[in-house]
Amino acid sequence: MRGYAGKFLEIDLSTQSSRETHFPDDILRTYLGGRGLGVKILWDRLGRRWSSIDPLGPDNLLLFLTGPLTGYFPGGRTCITGKSPQSNGAVGSTVAGEFGIELKCAGYDGIIFSGVSDRPVYVLVFDDQVIFKDAQHIWGMCGQETLRAITSESRKIVQGLKPSLGELIEPSTLYIGPAGERKIRIAAVMAKWSHAAGYGGYGAVMGSKNLKAVVAKGTGPLPDTANMPSALTLIERICKACYKNDKFRRWGTGYLGYEVGAQTSSEPVRNWQEEWHDERSFGVDRFEQRVWIKRYWGDFGCPTTCLKLASPKAGQYKGAITDNPDYEIQAYQGTNLGIFTPEGNVYLSSLVDDLGICGIQGGNVMGFAAELFQRGILTSEDIGFDLRWGDVDAFAALSKKIAYREGIGDILAEGTYRAAEKISEMKGVDVLKYAVQSKGIGIGAHGIRSKLDYPIDISYACSTQGGDHTSVALLPVDAGNSELTLALHDSGVYCWFNMFETPDPLLWELLQAVTGWDITREEWYNSSSRKIITIQRVLLLLGGPDVAWSPDVHDENPPRFYEPLPTGPKSGMKVDRDAFLKTKKEYYETLGWDEKGIPKPETLAKLGLGELAQAIKSLK
Amino acid sequence: MLAPGAEIPHFCAQCHDHPCLESCPTQAISVSNDTGAILVDKERCTACGNCIDACPGRIPHIHPTENYSLICDLCRGDPQCVKVCKEGGWNALWIAPAPESYSYRLYAKKPEELTKELLINLFGEKGLELI
Repeated sequence: MRGYAGKFLEIDLSTQSSRETHFPDDILRTYLGGRGLGVKILWDRLGRRWSSIDPLGPDNLLLFLTGPLTGYFPGGRTCITGKSPQSNGAVGSTVAGEFGIELKCAGYDGIIFSGVSDRPVYVLVFDDQVIFKDAQHIWGMCGQETLRAITSESRKIVQGLKPSLGELIEPSTLYIGPAGERKIRIAAVMAKWSHAAGYGGYGAVMGSKNLKAVVAKGTGPLPDTANMPSALTLIERICKACYKNDKFRRWGTGYLGYEVGAQTSSEPVRNWQEEWHDERSFGVDRFEQRVWIKRYWGDFGCPTTCLKLASPKAGQYKGAITDNPDYEIQAYQGTNLGIFTPEGNVYLSSLVDDLGICGIQGGNVMGFAAELFQRGILTSEDIGFDLRWGDVDAFAALSKKIAYREGIGDILAEGTYRAAEKISEMKGVDVLKYAVQSKGIGIGAHGIRSKLDYPIDISYACSTQGGDHTSVALLPVDAGNSELTLALHDSGVYCWFNMFETPDPLLWELLQAVTGWDITREEWYNSSSRKIITIQRVLLLLGGPDVAWSPDVHDENPPRFYEPLPTGPKSGMKVDRDAFLKTKKEYYETLGWDEKGIPKPETLAKLGLGELAQAIKSLK
Repeated sequence: MLAPGAEIPHFCAQCHDHPCLESCPTQAISVSNDTGAILVDKERCTACGNCIDACPGRIPHIHPTENYSLICDLCRGDPQCVKVCKEGGWNALWIAPAPESYSYRLYAKKPEELTKELLINLFGEKGLELI
């Protein structure tokens, strides 16, 4: 078993005890790690009573997993999974940063948290030692403060345990902000100041377990590879390929905030009422010249360096500091709220990061609330102030209300779908038609109406991760952006962005050089990835206890996507429902699922997933 | 020079939608097939100045002695400005491939805007007072 540290850490928070666990080679070969392995573990341990498990209750598991390529493929990430409080299925949510690499250097491939602590704690993994630390004094702190406190504390602990280390790079931390502590369903697990694992809402799961942070520091080398000389050459070739990605290197994804609106007409504007804008004030040149304070910055071993540091240098938002908002955050904390100034966008972005709210889900639910205000369904008495498009201060106040569950924030904290249901009940008007989400997860900022962006009409409706734009259903299923491919990136646990210019064969060669297994493209697309997606689909449909998705009703685009685009060169375009139904049927057939998207028994037999048969019977 | 110390080179951004081309009443402006640069036909140009107004960066200007408009033609694919900048050791200019991207046309800006942005970048809000 090469490429793996070989052992996983199992931590029971109820008793504050830890032990090592192992998984057999054949499971690791099939599911690799990260999202794939996480889904397998969840199915094995919770699958039989899935629909009765409360995602925010003590029975849920919380998994922090690495993959075989974490640390080798440029751009390391960590995959976080468990039963999602948003979709009530299993979502593989990944976050950038060195945590995964530190963990592997410490000798573990992942951490499985179970139980719930009776008081706030944080866990420090230093090589083979697991230390539980009281987090009473950190509980309630915002992101940047938390990180500062935990870093200095854990640095002292590590130096105390091994004084010979001397000065060391700070341990890597995954933490939650006040939003996660209050179990809001749109809370993210944060890393550094503004990296977030947002989709799935695992910040709330961490909060429900009273787990403020997980810290890792490893002094060992990364695990051995099967063929080191070959792996090194391949890493070099991948880096060289990444250097070709001019736009990402120069601007990060930040250039899309203007381009996706102006060029492809697929950017959310005012809660998706429009998808086109030509606001030059939101162009990347403004970000570059007005707010950037650092140009090239990457996490460990990343050649793309799509990260920029941003801080407004003048005006009322002077001093707010964050990573330059990437495209998703530009769209959701900017155009979706009617904000078209870099300074406002950077300020809101730094605020939601500090509070620990997922920028995408937070922007989605705030846009939804602002549309209800525009339509007079929510009034300033309900909200406490006027919530007009483009009013940065109002949205800042609203995000604080959401994070601390005050007033209307308590309802919006439940995410767009659940908030829409509650407000419909409260006001007696159907507001679900204004909610742009799929299966409880707000839709990523890549629209499907203009047909110029990468997702297609079934992308969100048929995805096993709801509105996740990094896991979209596509035909053919082995396309570069499809869910089956992205399951590979999330299971190998590395950055998808570094695959954009990398020729596909290099990835498979590296996987073989690192693990020593002759995993091929065919094996992945015909067997392994289908297993992962099929289990995820079954878990999603099992759902429960508070929501259950019916394939007839919920395998559907949000109503907004059937309305024609009102502005821009693509105005008038909308999703054609008949074509959508046809593509949906074709997609399910390709994966061996029936017309409702429930896996057929013969498919299960072929994939060797016989144990799912019982669960499927209950779905019918 | 709009503010002391804030000197900025000012170049054609090679917009992909060519607002200057559309504004020309005499069809004197064309796009080079080889380099994609803007070419001005000296004979046809009447020096009306429409292209100057149409350009988001106010790049074209009228020749000081003759009657035609000057726009960067990339020196037939071998820009001399890049050469001297490299020779001088400044390396502030380089030849970049032009991918199909709307973002590049955002860099077509008037000198006043460029100066303002540079000053804010350097001095924060104090920069505004210097203009």
